[in-house]
Amino acid sequence: MVAISVHNLIVRRSGTTVLDGIDLAVAAGTVTGLLGPSGSGKTTLLRTLVGLQRISAGSVLVLGRPAGQPRLRAEVGYMTQGPSVYGDLSALGNVRYHAALHRSGAAAVTSALESVGLAPIAQRLVSTMSGGERSRVPLACALVARPRLLLLDEPTVGLDPVLRRDLWELFRALAHDEGVTLLVSSHVMDEAGRCQELALLRAGRVVACGTPDALRATTGASAMEDVFLQLIERSEVTA
Amino acid sequence: MSVRLTLTTAGRVLNQLRRDHRTLALILVMPCVLLWLFAEMFDASPQVFQRVGPILLGVFPFVVMFLVTSVAMVRERTSGTLERLLTTPIGKADLVLGYGLAFGGLALVQAAVASAVALGLLGLQAPASVPVFVLLAVATAMLGSALGLGVSALATTEFQAVQFMPAVVVPQILLCGLFTPTDRMAGWLDALSTVMPLRYAAQGMTELIGAGSVTSAVWTDLAVVAAIAVAALALGATTLRRRTA
Repeated sequence: MVAISVHNLIVRRSGTTVLDGIDLAVAAGTVTGLLGPSGSGKTTLLRTLVGLQRISAGSVLVLGRPAGQPRLRAEVGYMTQGPSVYGDLSALGNVRYHAALHRSGAAAVTSALESVGLAPIAQRLVSTMSGGERSRVPLACALVARPRLLLLDEPTVGLDPVLRRDLWELFRALAHDEGVTLLVSSHVMDEAGRCQELALLRAGRVVACGTPDALRATTGASAMEDVFLQLIERSEVTA
Repeated sequence: MSVRLTLTTAGRVLNQLRRDHRTLALILVMPCVLLWLFAEMFDASPQVFQRVGPILLGVFPFVVMFLVTSVAMVRERTSGTLERLLTTPIGKADLVLGYGLAFGGLALVQAAVASAVALGLLGLQAPASVPVFVLLAVATAMLGSALGLGVSALATTEFQAVQFMPAVVVPQILLCGLFTPTDRMAGWLDALSTVMPLRYAAQGMTELIGAGSVTSAVWTDLAVVAAIAVAALALGATTLRRRTA
């Protein structure tokens, strides 16, 4: 089953083309990595999927419905790149508010905070937290909704390696055990190896799609950074 | 629209305010201090305080709620929290009503404290009906909130939001009848003040103190203030855009 299907998506913003004919299919129940350098259009693509971005052309289907349809709001969880949470509330206060919006109970609040490692400091005001702690609050807010599709914009940036590994394990468990679909953006190429499927974005275009192993096989390189370099060079030759 | 989501949002807003002791103190104490200052200023001519006192009891909540709402909503817009909320099942009406309920509750407390001080300690003549008087003060506060919500769509920073006060609030304070009765102003100013909602609040407050009973004029003024507040809130809600370029 396909959770996301995008055809020839074009987004222009004040004269510049941010997304230039994106085609993308994401299978349900997988962890798909959306990789690319900053400025490649990752955030714009995620904003489009969640219905916040006005598009210029193309079709975007999310869980079988046009992106942004009201019924999707209960089924799609979204974590923005900036800490779009209330600094003058505690982590607990923020997560509780999102839980109430999605009719999730107290158990979901506790487990969301535990998943992101914030349970011990849940009572602290977000504004007094360190950057790494603060960035996990919106992730907990997205998790507490218990959505069928999770769109995560750079969820692991700046985190401790142990916590990063734990989060990727959590993402895999959500996909494997509960059938949740995850689309996770990152500009750190090393994280590609942790995804089941990959889409490489560059300058508003999808340069390559496939499993990490398939992409390694086509290029003959082993390190992801090298795989992407080769794929980018090839796409420039053909273009 | 959902009662549950509205109440949840009001609870969240109050939870944020609850921690901000300085703002709460300013909102509740400053009107009382300023009222006392007014009473002292006109020590030698107490009839002036009797005339402007009731109007001030409407002006304070109007100004404070305008500022609180415009800054709070600009913050929601610029911090990304508004956009994030609009991707959840909450409706725009739930959000606006949630804020309205939280700030309305605060306005109620403010109006009650300021009225108690003005009537009990400063010797302001009692209004024909205290509940109607407080109702009018709260409606005026909601009016301030509604205009603040509208301004938050035009301001891109909190700094700009505050700068809208001289443009939106001060002319209404000047022309509402606080400084001089509206019929004593130049004819064109009197006419101009009829399109300023604060004038009706001031008129109603004055009438409630002056007349011995709740006249139909008071109810008309209350209805005008409430109707404009609701219309401005509805208009403000349409500025909460879900999909942007």
